[in-house]
Amino acid sequence: MTAVATQQLIDFSYIAAVIGFILALKWLSSPASAMRGVLVGEIASGVAVIATLFDPQVTHYKWIIITLIIGAAIGVPLGMVKMTAVPQRTALSHAFGALSAALIGIAEYYVGTPHLSKFEMVEIGLEVIIGSLTFTGSLIAAGKLQEILPQRPITYKGQNVVSLSTLGAAIALMLILTVHPEYTHLFEAMVVVALLFGVMLVTPIGGADMPTVISLLNSYAGFSAALLGFVLNSKVLVVAGALDGASGFILSVIMCKAMNRSFTNVLFGAFGQVQISAGKVAEQRAVRSASPEEAAGILAAANKVVIVPGYGMAVAQAQHKVRELFDGLTKRGIDVKFGIHPVAGRMPGHMNVLLAEADIPYDKLLDMDEINGEFAQTDVALIIGANDVTNPAARTDNTSPIFGMPILDVDKARTVMVIKRSMGAGFAGIDNPLYYMDKTLMLFGDAKNFVGAIVRELAGGHE
Amino acid sequence: MPADFISSLFVFILAAFLGFELIKRVSPLLHTPLMSLTNALDAIVVVAAIIIAGRHETKLSTLLGLIAVVASFSNMVGGFLITDRMLHMFRSAKAKKS
Repeated sequence: MTAVATQQLIDFSYIAAVIGFILALKWLSSPASAMRGVLVGEIASGVAVIATLFDPQVTHYKWIIITLIIGAAIGVPLGMVKMTAVPQRTALSHAFGALSAALIGIAEYYVGTPHLSKFEMVEIGLEVIIGSLTFTGSLIAAGKLQEILPQRPITYKGQNVVSLSTLGAAIALMLILTVHPEYTHLFEAMVVVALLFGVMLVTPIGGADMPTVISLLNSYAGFSAALLGFVLNSKVLVVAGALDGASGFILSVIMCKAMNRSFTNVLFGAFGQVQISAGKVAEQRAVRSASPEEAAGILAAANKVVIVPGYGMAVAQAQHKVRELFDGLTKRGIDVKFGIHPVAGRMPGHMNVLLAEADIPYDKLLDMDEINGEFAQTDVALIIGANDVTNPAARTDNTSPIFGMPILDVDKARTVMVIKRSMGAGFAGIDNPLYYMDKTLMLFGDAKNFVGAIVRELAGGHE
Repeated sequence: MPADFISSLFVFILAAFLGFELIKRVSPLLHTPLMSLTNALDAIVVVAAIIIAGRHETKLSTLLGLIAVVASFSNMVGGFLITDRMLHMFRSAKAKKS
């Protein structure tokens, strides 16, 4: 085949890949067609990779094949992690994606310099800056999620000024390079400064803001790939990057709305400061607590139960016990549903994946807008390891730091039961008036053990 | 501005708008698989890595390209694998009974 014909064949395979990517996302709209979507995505990517191996520019195969095998060997275990580890795995994959985009940009710089036009220098510079900061930012996020690094926000005075100046310095270095391309060391400095900015960007952000941050990093990783497409004039990268970037961006918007906060507030607002000022000393108010026997008795007498899971359920690994509870109640003819807040957990959709893994049918998992109308007809709302997303102060108390945040209206249920380790306040450091309501019963203990005890009581009472 | 840039910009704008429309329709149930799937699709960067490494222009560019092949291909393999595993878990009550 002539080189021209080969090139055309490769181009057509990329067009086919783009069609596959679009269909993959389209079919992800519902669980019924989603599997088909993944298959199409796999075929599309496979075709593009194989076609690229025939590119006449590729002359050295040995190491490419070896690195592809190494990549697959790393990818398989990363694809087999437990569902509880999915948030950190996702952060790590943002890091890998951004790393490869940044490295390719850096390679292009060294191949092209000092003959790059000003325009090309800006393209490569921006691409490498975004890729680098996303790489280190995602690593920090993964470290926080894996709890290698502290989850709490780490802040200091003047942090935002320092962070923004760092980003400014990276951009300034890039601009100097457009005028003085001979100073190649400035490029290296720019990369280092951008890497540093990534660390500074994510370190001050606390665990509960992770759903937004992970989505934003997703978006950056996508846009860095799209920018790389501009640099290399590769339309397949532009499309894949734009789709990935758009996806991360939409998820970030959804997460921000679900917390009633803005991007700048998440990135630069340091909820940590709110935490200190809002941590009013909780008055010692009386709460009612109940034993597993009492809780089981109330649940058994209900017609309709809504379970509200939160990060506490994931931490306690309670999802399988929750499934047993779901089965036990369903067997008694009780209608059991799950109410899922968009920011419950550490990444978008986290709770859904955990509950699906525990084999709970997805038609029982309802998002906030779907479930909120049902609480008024609900006998028992059972909250497992969630706090701020159920706090009615968000509706009523305009002095509360979470005022205006959409919440699950659990307080409208006839009885509210809250499984909680202790009376400690939630992430936002604010007291939850829900706990002091007359209809509320506090179930103190580890989520997994407590749900297990309720399941045993229900089974015992049945015999 | 170079013509290549303008045509890439056209493609980018169209793809971004299409992405918004498609992703808005994804059920919140599937937001985690959505993120792992888009990560796997984004790993198509591997084609650029293969070309940079395969052109063998300088030692440095080849080395950087090869590292990029490892990083992006592991994302492609791992991303599709985990998306597939997650979606297998999402079954409706009806499907479970049968």
